[in-house]
Amino acid sequence: MPRYSGFRILAEGLRGNSGWQPAWRKPAPKSSYDVVVVGGGGHGLATAFYLAEVHGIRNVAVLEKGPIGHGNTGRNTTIVRSNYLLPENNNFYEHSLKLWEGLEQSLGYNVMMSQRGVINLFHNDAQRNAALRRGNSMRLNGIDAEILDRDGVKAMCPLVDLDNGRYPVMGGLLQRRGGTARHDAVAWGFAHAADARGVDIIEHCEVTGMIVEGGAIQGVRTTRGEIRAPKVGLAVAGHTSTLTDMAGFRVPIETHLLQAFVSEGLKPLIDCVVTFGAGHFYISQSDKGGLVFGGGLDGYPSYGQRGTLPEAEHVYAAGISMIPALGRLRGLRSWAGVMDMTPDGSPYICKTPVRGLYMTAGWCYGGFKATPGSGWCHAWTIAKDEPHRLNAAHTLDRFREGRMLDERGNGPFFWAQ
Amino acid sequence: MLRIPCPHCGPRDEAEFSYRGDATVTRPGPEDGIEAFHGYLYERRNPRGWQVEWWQHGAGCRAFLKVLRHTVTHEIRAVATATEALEVPEA
Repeated sequence: MPRYSGFRILAEGLRGNSGWQPAWRKPAPKSSYDVVVVGGGGHGLATAFYLAEVHGIRNVAVLEKGPIGHGNTGRNTTIVRSNYLLPENNNFYEHSLKLWEGLEQSLGYNVMMSQRGVINLFHNDAQRNAALRRGNSMRLNGIDAEILDRDGVKAMCPLVDLDNGRYPVMGGLLQRRGGTARHDAVAWGFAHAADARGVDIIEHCEVTGMIVEGGAIQGVRTTRGEIRAPKVGLAVAGHTSTLTDMAGFRVPIETHLLQAFVSEGLKPLIDCVVTFGAGHFYISQSDKGGLVFGGGLDGYPSYGQRGTLPEAEHVYAAGISMIPALGRLRGLRSWAGVMDMTPDGSPYICKTPVRGLYMTAGWCYGGFKATPGSGWCHAWTIAKDEPHRLNAAHTLDRFREGRMLDERGNGPFFWAQ
Repeated sequence: MLRIPCPHCGPRDEAEFSYRGDATVTRPGPEDGIEAFHGYLYERRNPRGWQVEWWQHGAGCRAFLKVLRHTVTHEIRAVATATEALEVPEA
């Protein structure tokens, strides 16, 4: 197996780069495994990695209908943070952030984790109070949070229009340990590390049916034959309900579009992540130089992986309100991912009504930053057949029981989270 | 860009409308129990295909309309008023 290091790059450079091997194998599926993970994005690959690494379960297959990492893992805005209000959420995301901090060493792969700071701007007294409350909630749970005044915002991001006539900036909530990571490298790194521990990553293998007998999962039917397994984990984002339909139950998920955009490449302009408080807009700059930004949902259910223009217009307008200098830039590309939106904006990492079937789903806007934490907790839940305390609250039953994790207090409107 | 042919106002841009959910869901009766209400409020069909859904024409006639729309292609095949029947086609 190839190992990646500075020395290896030097040595390969001298040998004409002839010694590199593919980062993972392309095995044919076996007829049975101990665990089958459906979905070869970040969450599915991370689940397989932690099953092998933490729980010693190596007879695992990851099934992916296309090439790995071509769904939402390659379609997000790469932001990593743990600045949540509710303890159930901020403890989970903080665990995930700690895994991010050691991820490159765990995987032996450079995911370009960059803790450049995440600022949420606020523009009025009520938003400031909400930011203080959220920051205090984070600090009570041992997570770093700071309140910036106007000068603090100006020092970190001088391009922000503090004196916007309609939405003047009062300050911002800063999490310095937040930042960005290279999204594709996260999928490749988890695939490489899981493969090195014996996991079979099977690409171009679409699940077409679930084999359920006596209320328990027995395996899956795929385009490459039947694969038996006593435990199956779902990590398929917006297509979760397509698979739970096959297993015979419904879930509280609606599939919605979320668009993201990248500008032409520029010299360093924005060296942190900034979010606007007066519209849905967030921006950072990739190491390649493009500004990466996004906004809210298009507002209606869709599996289309492409958005429409009204939301694009809103995102550009909000961006120019926050940073007028963006008005001179040209957009390079835009795309959309299909989000698994939940009624309270919080995810599910849990058992399901079918014995032996588990899921990590309902990631709404927050899937990328959760990648290692989601895989870690999903692997724990699969291995032990019970949730870890970090994901004990993230169940499908929480609405029935009145234990919603309603981060924003929007009520049960999937498209409003 | 979606263009929704409003039966009262004619074809209009999606920006004039708000999506208001699956139009095939009906509210359970008051004595139907907690499971029926849980299903009504939280569980979703979430189809990958045709769906009949509510859209409110907030910037036009303000009426709630039923729209038959495909969730992959975004094609809009039919629009009806709230009291008219609109069926989801087979497959």
